[in-house]
Amino acid sequence: MQGLSRADLAEQVIPSLQEIQERLGYIPREAITWLADKFHLSEQEIYGVASFYSNFRFTPPGKHHLRICLGTACHLQGGDRLLAATSERLGIKPGETTPDGLYSLERVACVGCCALAPNIVLDGEVFSRTTQQSLKQLLDSIDRQDKGAKKSEEGSQ
Amino acid sequence: MTDRGLGKKVRVKTIGCHGFCKQGPVITVEPEGLFYCQVDKKDINEIVQSHLIGGKPVERLFYVEPATGKRISKYKDIPFYKGQTKVVLCNCGEIDPSSIDEYIEKGGYDGLKKALLEMKPEQVIDQVLKSGLRGRGGAGFPTGLKWRFGRGSKSDKKYVVCNADEGNPGTFVDGAILVADPHAVLEGLIVAAYSIGADEGFVYIRHEYPQAIESIKRAIIDSRKKGFLGQDILGSGFSFDVSIKEGAGAFVCGEETSLMASIMGERGTPRPRPPFPTDSGLWGKPTCINNVKTLATIPIILRRGVEWFSSIGTEKSTGTAIFSLTGMVKNTGLVEVPMGTTLRHIIFNVGGGIKDDAKFKAVLTGGPSGGCLPADKLDLPVDYDSLTQAGTIMGSGGMIVMDETTCMVDMARFFLSFTQAESCGKCTPCRMGTLEMLRLLDKIRSGNGEESDIEKLQEIAITVKEGALCGLGQAAPNPVLSTIRYFRDEYEAHIRDKICPAEVCKALIKYTVVPEKCIGCGACLQICPSNAITGKKNEVHVISDELCIKCGACLEVCPPEARAIDKIPAHEGAGH
Repeated sequence: MQGLSRADLAEQVIPSLQEIQERLGYIPREAITWLADKFHLSEQEIYGVASFYSNFRFTPPGKHHLRICLGTACHLQGGDRLLAATSERLGIKPGETTPDGLYSLERVACVGCCALAPNIVLDGEVFSRTTQQSLKQLLDSIDRQDKGAKKSEEGSQ
Repeated sequence: MTDRGLGKKVRVKTIGCHGFCKQGPVITVEPEGLFYCQVDKKDINEIVQSHLIGGKPVERLFYVEPATGKRISKYKDIPFYKGQTKVVLCNCGEIDPSSIDEYIEKGGYDGLKKALLEMKPEQVIDQVLKSGLRGRGGAGFPTGLKWRFGRGSKSDKKYVVCNADEGNPGTFVDGAILVADPHAVLEGLIVAAYSIGADEGFVYIRHEYPQAIESIKRAIIDSRKKGFLGQDILGSGFSFDVSIKEGAGAFVCGEETSLMASIMGERGTPRPRPPFPTDSGLWGKPTCINNVKTLATIPIILRRGVEWFSSIGTEKSTGTAIFSLTGMVKNTGLVEVPMGTTLRHIIFNVGGGIKDDAKFKAVLTGGPSGGCLPADKLDLPVDYDSLTQAGTIMGSGGMIVMDETTCMVDMARFFLSFTQAESCGKCTPCRMGTLEMLRLLDKIRSGNGEESDIEKLQEIAITVKEGALCGLGQAAPNPVLSTIRYFRDEYEAHIRDKICPAEVCKALIKYTVVPEKCIGCGACLQICPSNAITGKKNEVHVISDELCIKCGACLEVCPPEARAIDKIPAHEGAGH
């Protein structure tokens, strides 16, 4: 890092945060300290930047990351109702993770598949033209898979 | 293909967005221009066997014209395509976006060659100025003029930036172009750099668009290999290179001064202008920022000439407008029409009219910064000035159609909740104004509105519009102002009668089972996430008002032969 100006270092902050989140799924406290040290900036400066951008999270995500699109086209076609039903089912609010660590729920402003609204994103995969029924089936099938995996794990022990 | 001996006869290629998203996935067979829509994996065999080997097209996969029920085989004959004029999107859905050679075959990089080898930067700027091209990011500032300012700034270092931070919810034009025709954007950016004299550029792109990021990354690598990027491009002595910056989820970063702050690794907050970026931008150096669509238009202007380009569209808004048409319209997708085309043509001819033949209520352009226009504005020509006059903006390409199931108060509230959440908080009018407007809209939506609230809303809206620091705040009140202007009766229904005419606002409606219609199938009971429904099999079911979260799942699953779930005003009937 020697020879780089303060501006050069600052430019690296967001890409570094992105890489950390890409690998760990969130930005741990230690990462902020580490970055501050590396870039000769204060922790406040790093956290100030990180907390400004909505893509960065500071708690670990759940095993399954469910994002419900609330873009305009999705809102018109019931995105908020899908969110309400899911929030009720999982017992958490958007931005939270279930106590068992299985699901984290988030709202997303737009995933750009507006013509196929309403959309949800589960573990990075976009599901379009979502209905209450199809969303329930999707989550049911995830639950079944997880249960099956848990059972076979217990069986092998 | 190879297994069936078609290896040399048929070439399979992937294409970017063909535009008609509603009918996806699509397969086209060229050169005939045959169009298969909503194709499933299991249909592929039949297409290969029957069409490619047997010479008999698979008619059941042709597009069905809803009005006549007739099947149309060629996409050029489908009204959705017939009503469009593809200029900027001419390569989208035609070429393999991952192949630079295909782009070059279609005349790609010819514009760049012409600019670099035959023209001086000033001449390029003159051409762009003469073409009348205005910024497609929304504000409509003449592109040539921006470039001239960039050129005129004296500095040892200059930058160009492609703004691909398409954060408007309901808009996917820039993302689609970057996926389907990335080289057009890149070519435009290189020409921009040459014109203003920049040697370094950035593509600032949304993190939420992984495909677009991949696409432009690949395009940059291929372009470098061909010598369109790097040192001494095409032997012209001009050097330039590009890198990618991914956004991190802040809508305000679409605003140019915030975008630059974000590139420099800071919080993406705007700053007052002047100084304009073309005088003092990234790291204090002159910086020229253009939207994806603007840059994608540059190559075709250079290739086909200024006269040709400016003959399309209107006198003050030349060229074409590209929209992502979504919402309650039959044909959703990517649409390109000449500037000056009427809203009616876009929605009813290209868009095929309203879903389920419902009644048109409003159309929104410009996303959360735009406004909603009612039915009597349908014959308005779509150009920068007409839209501004009517209380909305051209914006960056989102066009969302609404029918009678949309509540305009809810819509205004939806946009306000978005802009309020995305307000960076730097200036007070935006930070507090959007919050106050949101509170008032929530008050009205919950049935507690007072007559004076509409005036209060208007007053705050105007204050925010005039006082906010950047485009986000200045435009945030547009949805509120336009819905009050055109749909005041809906606000009044919420306030006076405590009724939401579109049956959307949760506090003003409730779900109920119509006893005479209920067949006791249990579908609603099973899907209800809050266990609000009770009833034995084959007996009439009942919804508890206390437990109901009004998600509407029951209404969705109630069998069509029963249709026993009804939405009624909250104050009607006795609660169960």
